Amino acid sequence: MKSRRFVLTFPPEATGEPITYNLIRKFDIMVNIVKADVTPGQVGHLVMEMTAPSKVLKEGMEYMKQQNVECVPIDRKITYSQDLCVHCGACSAVCFAGALTMNRTTAELVFDPEKCVMCELCLTACPLKLFDIDLG
Amino acid sequence: MSRKRTVAEINEKILSGKAVVLTAEQVAAMGREATPSEIAEKVDVVTTGTFGPMCSSGMFINFGHTDPPMRMEKITLNNVPVFAGIAAVDAYIGATETALPHDQYGGAHVIEELIAGKDILLQATAKGTDCYPRTEVKTLINKATVNEMIMFNPRNAYQNYNVAVNSTPKMKFTYMGTLLPSFGNATFSTSGELSPLLNDPEMRTIGIGTRIFFGGTTGYVAWHGTQFNTGKPVNEHGVPIGNSATLALIGDAKEMSTRFIRAAYFEKYGVSIFIGVGIPIPILDEDMARRVMVRNSQIETNIIDYGSPGHDVLGRASYKSLFSGEIILNGKKIRTAPLSSLRVAREIAEILRQEIGSGRFLLTAPVEQFTKTSGLNNLEIRL
Repeated sequence: MKSRRFVLTFPPEATGEPITYNLIRKFDIMVNIVKADVTPGQVGHLVMEMTAPSKVLKEGMEYMKQQNVECVPIDRKITYSQDLCVHCGACSAVCFAGALTMNRTTAELVFDPEKCVMCELCLTACPLKLFDIDLG
Repeated sequence: MSRKRTVAEINEKILSGKAVVLTAEQVAAMGREATPSEIAEKVDVVTTGTFGPMCSSGMFINFGHTDPPMRMEKITLNNVPVFAGIAAVDAYIGATETALPHDQYGGAHVIEELIAGKDILLQATAKGTDCYPRTEVKTLINKATVNEMIMFNPRNAYQNYNVAVNSTPKMKFTYMGTLLPSFGNATFSTSGELSPLLNDPEMRTIGIGTRIFFGGTTGYVAWHGTQFNTGKPVNEHGVPIGNSATLALIGDAKEMSTRFIRAAYFEKYGVSIFIGVGIPIPILDEDMARRVMVRNSQIETNIIDYGSPGHDVLGRASYKSLFSGEIILNGKKIRTAPLSSLRVAREIAEILRQEIGSGRFLLTAPVEQFTKTSGLNNLEIRL
């Protein structure tokens, strides 16, 4: 049995398939939803932990791919060069997961890696290009 | 009626170490309790600050002459083309200029690296003339080898600026940052109650010749900025709504610091540059005291749909709500994020406060006031 965290990105034009339900019923994958941000008509994100034998996990990921759901494992993590940051806030604009926020008192950027869903939008949103992916 | 002062009288107080100098945030907080008359009595100078992306920026540079001399006609610095259509070894580095395919590196990066003291590759060609026979040059320059580095920015320090949102189902990449689809976020770009021209909205004390903090050193207001517009509607607190007045600024880039001049790249838009500007406001009378007391809740701007071709105005938001992290548009909450750094803007206002407080920075009355305008011309397609 293997347990891994994934970020699922749903396209705005949902297929109507009950993806999570099928992962459980058809593939017998144990699913634990960590974070969900899904609104009809918009790109949706789901962070979840999936537990199953490697072969089954692979089949589940293949199924999601067929449904146009992007499934990225979170073995990687986002890092940023804090000492070079000017605290402009441009990265916090795109961080729907709430990992990058502005402290309202100090006006400084706060990064909470625990909340990061690896959408990678901050990589391009930062005008100083201070974010990077640590491949572990 | 409180006493009136002149800039000369304020300078005397500064030199005698008795001037009361506060930042615009401090005086805005003080204004919750005190009246304009009391503030006019107590406070002599209020310092402001802003640190945001300001595309209309650049730097004149004089490389010095080679032997034999050359009239440089095509010039690049680290492969970024710079404007050579002026005298022999003068050039203007535009912040947003880039050289394809490397569109993420541009003039702003060259400027930042020059200020940092780094070597930059200069390449130039010319046809050669009787008085300037040399036809090409390739060498390294840095701030110690060149004669002048004069930053001259035609449009900085916007008095107010729009809030950007995106109504479309697709992500939009703009100079206002990445706008998430379907009103997923809203971005804004001034330091609100700390912003220079929002503390003197009618520019009574800021004009041609005003001495300022500019990129880490002393600079000056050279002129009104391009797209200067004093014809914008004002709210009940006398603050223009939306982008209005601007400043053209000049200063010695050799003395500037990369803490306050930073190159930027906005995804799928292009290169820009963060510029740090701070302007001291002399409290000449009660009216100026009332102006500098302005609070974020009293400053408003337009919410613009950057997804619509005509950039439709969808509503209005106060800086209080923008800084709170959330605005409401048509009953829906939208997450907000700044693009200009309040953190660095505060640092600038504080440096200026200390410089004035210690007598190292004196105030100037404008050599000329700006003329009022009634609006902007559009570019008509006449062919």
